[in-house]
Amino acid sequence: MREERLWDRATILVTGATALACSLVVVCSLLPPGSPLHIGGYTVGLLGKYLCFALLALSIDLIWGYAGILSLGHGAFFGLGGYVAGMYLMREIGSRGVYGNPILPDFMVFLNWKGLPWYWWGSDSFAFICLLILLVPGLAAFVFAWPAFRSRVSGVYLSIITQAMTYALMLAFFRNEMGFGGNNGLTDFKSLLGFSLQSEKTITALFCASALALIAGFLLCRLIVASRLGRVFVAVRDAESRARFMGYRVEDVKLAAFVFSAILAGIAGALYVPQVGIINPGVFSPLFSVEMVVCVALGGRGRLYGAILGALAVNFAKTWFTTALPEVWLFFLGALFVLVTLFLPHGLAGLPERLMRIPAGKIAPAPKAGEPTGAEDGR
Amino acid sequence: MSFRRRTLFWLFLLVFLPAQTAGGSELRLEPETLQALRSSRVADRNPAIEALGRIDGEAATGLLGALLDGALYVDKEDGTLLILSEDGQSRDALSGAGLASPDKTRLRKVGTNNSQREILLSLLSARRLRHPDADARQAAVEALLERGQADKDLLYSLLRDETAPEVRQRLEGALALLRARDPASTPEEILDAVRLLADNAPPNAGQVLENLRKAADPAVAAAAEKALYNLRVSAERASMLETLFFGLSLGSVLVLTSIGLAVTFGVMGVINMAHGELVMLGAYTVWGMQRLLPGQPGAALLLSIPAAFLVSGSIGALLERGIIRHLYGRPLETLLATFGVSLILQQAVRTLISPMNRAVESPAFMSGMLHITRNFSLTSNRIYILCFCLCVFALIYLIMHKTRLGLEVRAVTQNRPIARTMGVNAPAVDTFTFALGSGVAGMAGVALSQLTNVGPNLGQGYIVDSFMVVVFGGVGNLRGTLCGGLILGLANKLLEPASGAMLAKIILLAGVILFMQAKPKGLFPERGRAAEN
Repeated sequence: MREERLWDRATILVTGATALACSLVVVCSLLPPGSPLHIGGYTVGLLGKYLCFALLALSIDLIWGYAGILSLGHGAFFGLGGYVAGMYLMREIGSRGVYGNPILPDFMVFLNWKGLPWYWWGSDSFAFICLLILLVPGLAAFVFAWPAFRSRVSGVYLSIITQAMTYALMLAFFRNEMGFGGNNGLTDFKSLLGFSLQSEKTITALFCASALALIAGFLLCRLIVASRLGRVFVAVRDAESRARFMGYRVEDVKLAAFVFSAILAGIAGALYVPQVGIINPGVFSPLFSVEMVVCVALGGRGRLYGAILGALAVNFAKTWFTTALPEVWLFFLGALFVLVTLFLPHGLAGLPERLMRIPAGKIAPAPKAGEPTGAEDGR
Repeated sequence: MSFRRRTLFWLFLLVFLPAQTAGGSELRLEPETLQALRSSRVADRNPAIEALGRIDGEAATGLLGALLDGALYVDKEDGTLLILSEDGQSRDALSGAGLASPDKTRLRKVGTNNSQREILLSLLSARRLRHPDADARQAAVEALLERGQADKDLLYSLLRDETAPEVRQRLEGALALLRARDPASTPEEILDAVRLLADNAPPNAGQVLENLRKAADPAVAAAAEKALYNLRVSAERASMLETLFFGLSLGSVLVLTSIGLAVTFGVMGVINMAHGELVMLGAYTVWGMQRLLPGQPGAALLLSIPAAFLVSGSIGALLERGIIRHLYGRPLETLLATFGVSLILQQAVRTLISPMNRAVESPAFMSGMLHITRNFSLTSNRIYILCFCLCVFALIYLIMHKTRLGLEVRAVTQNRPIARTMGVNAPAVDTFTFALGSGVAGMAGVALSQLTNVGPNLGQGYIVDSFMVVVFGGVGNLRGTLCGGLILGLANKLLEPASGAMLAKIILLAGVILFMQAKPKGLFPERGRAAEN
């Protein structure tokens, strides 16, 4: 198998471009409001949101593009990370809420709860919450995936049960008894570490954090992909049985990929919540997760930077369409799903190669057209 | 609950039918009565109502009904009494002859006050109590008991003339209730009544027996205790049966929505995420058909079954030719492309028809009840859908296992290259299979239109469940789909009373996920000699 270098041309280019673009945004947002290059808080917040989606897409690409696991429920881990962050933000509201209760969030006062449920313990400590943001999605992914991979649920079956998982979580979080605000979710956040979430400075700082998280996440994924482990991922993707016969613990490899990816998704969710100001069970809806998968497919899977590109492109399009032509958005998104899978199997990132007829694989490993399950089932 | 709804329904009939079925023979009234009806003072009406109450016949009943509904009008100039029905038709109140649409400004409503309406209601129900039709009598008895106006003598006199067993039973039950409650009854009478109550079980029996349990007479108390226990057992049994029935009914819906998926997903290995939307299109076909055939919801519904099959089936065939054909062997990509199609179809319905739910009528034969025992009755729409589900399943099963086409489909499924070398036209078989599965989804939509709201999101609610059923039953196995659907439906309804609807669903989803760990290939895995895993 071909050696892969961590700092190949595309990685340097993408890292540099992302860093440059993000610092440009930061500089522009710090300009005085009168200047023509000034970017307002709303736009910066929006861009920050895109970066979170890009991180989520990146986490999906790591498992789908490299380890061949298509998760249709990655929104669940994003949502879990988001809810953990939301718990902290809820507690920071303190007595500034509508009911002015110093301990209980508004919705709990409204439901006549007397005290915080046990799982809200420690939610007022920033450090503990940061730990939980990593732990909760990671543990959830572990608990879900460990038995699944051990009993060799793979391919389409795995995709379907990930979808069932996120659907079940959505139904669960809709319940008021869950203690996460039910239908309305967690919202009305005021501040983060004492900085008002409305101030442009905080928004810019959150944007910076998202940009750093994205770049760090991208480099980490590159590190994994370029390592020996990354090559085992690809082996599992392309010929699971063969990899197993050669002595690799396929389920452990997949589990590692899945859990790491879930943690990345959780971080993305945690950064997303303070920037958007709300988290509700909508993030657990199967549609959201599939939309993110399509971002990856559009960008071109198995490339990492393709996922980032796809997430940015799809979400720009979404923002534009839902304001300008809301009727057309779903037509557009639907057509995108169909056309990309039919005509752009390598996504946007694969376009230059196709156009310039550079043999695939010179820039990054191109995913095989056939999925392992499809090929080996003889279907 | 169903009992109450039924009562309301009959009360409704009781009140509204007279205004419509009256007619026939000419009604002759005393001049004073006519005068009293025409009077502008409401209080003058009392003697007229009394006089009308003494006259037998449909015409008088109709007049009383109209008076009660406020549908009786008097022409201020010539004094004619006329009845305006809800659809704007008018007829002479005395002769029943139809009238040309009257000048509204000349009419004055013949008003009534509360106590008169009370009298009218009891007069009407007394008439209904002697109605020749047993169902109408039953309803009238029900209404009478509901109002609590029945005395022993009236009930005895009714029971003496009654021939229909259900009405007799109801009357006997009510009488037993009265006797058991009556402080003047002897202990023997009460014991007798308690025995009757136990096997007759009229509503409120539980409460009366509860009171009797504390009776001074130990024999009465013991009998009441025993009767109460029997009542509870039979009520529990009924609610258990009801749960089972609802479970089977939900299961049949799940099976219906999943059979098509089992064909496309199981047999072809293609994950069709647009399956839910094909179901939705089937439901919209019913709506369209009912618009084409206004006033005949029954015929429209029956015609919709083949129509929906054609609509969804042809869309399925297009989908296969246009998209899925190019993605064979890439199941995950197929999933994404068909998901895109589902979004397009949903939005198309929203844009072309409406984002709101559409009203689909239920024909009369779908909206009845089937009474099995006293406190156990089944709604006929659910029974029909259960039967429909079994028919569709049998049909698909026969096609797959007894026809040449089915043989070819299974051959292609098992080994495409060898099937092709044997002369099977595999691409044509693929298109056929996909069209078949999609058509069945459309037929499922027809059934669903009778149970839920028909809207653009109809399909989404079922897609995850359908996948669960197919995967649970074992992909590529129709029998597995049938068992899986019924088991999941039953499990859902059995869990529901203990945990609530939402939690039941979550538990079930978690259960299926866990089950998949134990048996990754479902209930009935396909056996094969391939080395894969």
